[in-house]
Amino acid sequence: MEHYLSLFAKAVFIENMALAFFLGMCTFIAISKKVETAIGLGIAVVVVQTITVPANNLIYAYLLKDGALAWAGLPEVDLSFLGLLSYIGVIAAIVQILEMLLDKYVPSLYNALGVFLPLITVNCAIMGGTLFMVERDYNVTESVVYGVGSGFSWALAIALLAGIREKLKYSDVPDGLQGLGITFITIGLMSLGFMSFGGIQL
Amino acid sequence: MSQPTIKSVLLDPIVHNNPIGLQILGICSALAVTSNLKTALVMSIALTLVTGFSNLFISMIRSQIPSSIRMIVQMVIIASLVIVVDQILKAYAYSLSKQLSVFVGLIITNCIVMGRAEAFAMQNPPMLSFFDGIGNGLGYSAMLIVLGVVRELFGAGKLLGYTILPTVNDGGWYQPNGMLLLPPSAFFLIGLIIWALRSWKPQQKEAPAFRMAPQVSDKEAY
Repeated sequence: MEHYLSLFAKAVFIENMALAFFLGMCTFIAISKKVETAIGLGIAVVVVQTITVPANNLIYAYLLKDGALAWAGLPEVDLSFLGLLSYIGVIAAIVQILEMLLDKYVPSLYNALGVFLPLITVNCAIMGGTLFMVERDYNVTESVVYGVGSGFSWALAIALLAGIREKLKYSDVPDGLQGLGITFITIGLMSLGFMSFGGIQL
Repeated sequence: MSQPTIKSVLLDPIVHNNPIGLQILGICSALAVTSNLKTALVMSIALTLVTGFSNLFISMIRSQIPSSIRMIVQMVIIASLVIVVDQILKAYAYSLSKQLSVFVGLIITNCIVMGRAEAFAMQNPPMLSFFDGIGNGLGYSAMLIVLGVVRELFGAGKLLGYTILPTVNDGGWYQPNGMLLLPPSAFFLIGLIIWALRSWKPQQKEAPAFRMAPQVSDKEAY
């Protein structure tokens, strides 16, 4: 249990998807002007990440890994080069299915997430989570924890940034830095803050 | 908008319409690989090739793609190209591919590739799209290389592993700025580059959401 807790804390604070690995930056900057929408998107990312990381973990472990097809009588087949293609396929499919399910059964949540759901397919944080999971060889339980943690880390970062940007629009920023420029510098400062978690040993 | 020519689609994205500086595309995987110039260069080449060829292939079959599943079709083409790049890197530059770790795979979700495929290749003939892809790749590369040079030169006193500024630790005179090797510095640098770019090309400036009212009383406000 302790192991999973520390994995979660590590994923949220030390290896923050947005602020330590710069993943999902495009949406991170584009959709962080309002706290409400930022939180909506954050929740969507947590949900998708929680489903896709374990799903890709199963696919990797039982279909793609070197020798994984032993159960089908093909022990010497190594399909790991197909990894990228299958992960992105799984992510796109899960996002699509989630969109249809939400539309049918939870229309209120569907309306709240609205346009963000399809955007998540091309969010690098999702793909990044999967790739880190493969690189670090997590098992199924670890990948569930890592999925929740990394999704939450991204959601936390975007909510924080949106909070800062809402205040920031009342401040007197030099002309050339207006908008994108000052946002980058803000993210840099936040990221510097998160760096201070780096020394924590779990 | 005037008819795009090969020259304009190739050169425009480098300064006028830089994908990172103006279009906010593809920042994701860019920043983590720029702490030294070598990885930045490899990443730039990989991304430029993938963008160029994915634009070429998508543009070739653009009239056959049903619009409802075009995302998936584009994804499959891009993912296949990235797999090729990944395998080549693993075969010929294994240590480098370990260093880039997941970021080669992340080219798939790099918004530049998708963005150009969707915005340009779906409407334009193959050769033009190919050069548009290469041009946007070069715009991305320009930004990456500037970041890589600044971060490696001032962060470690080296360029491509060769010592340029001998650091204090090795008996030289240069006190390296360690922060430049850490992730946050990339954000500051990009912010400053955008500032410089926009001071040079004022039409790229964004209008502020609120304008400060000029001070009317002659006393300082407290």
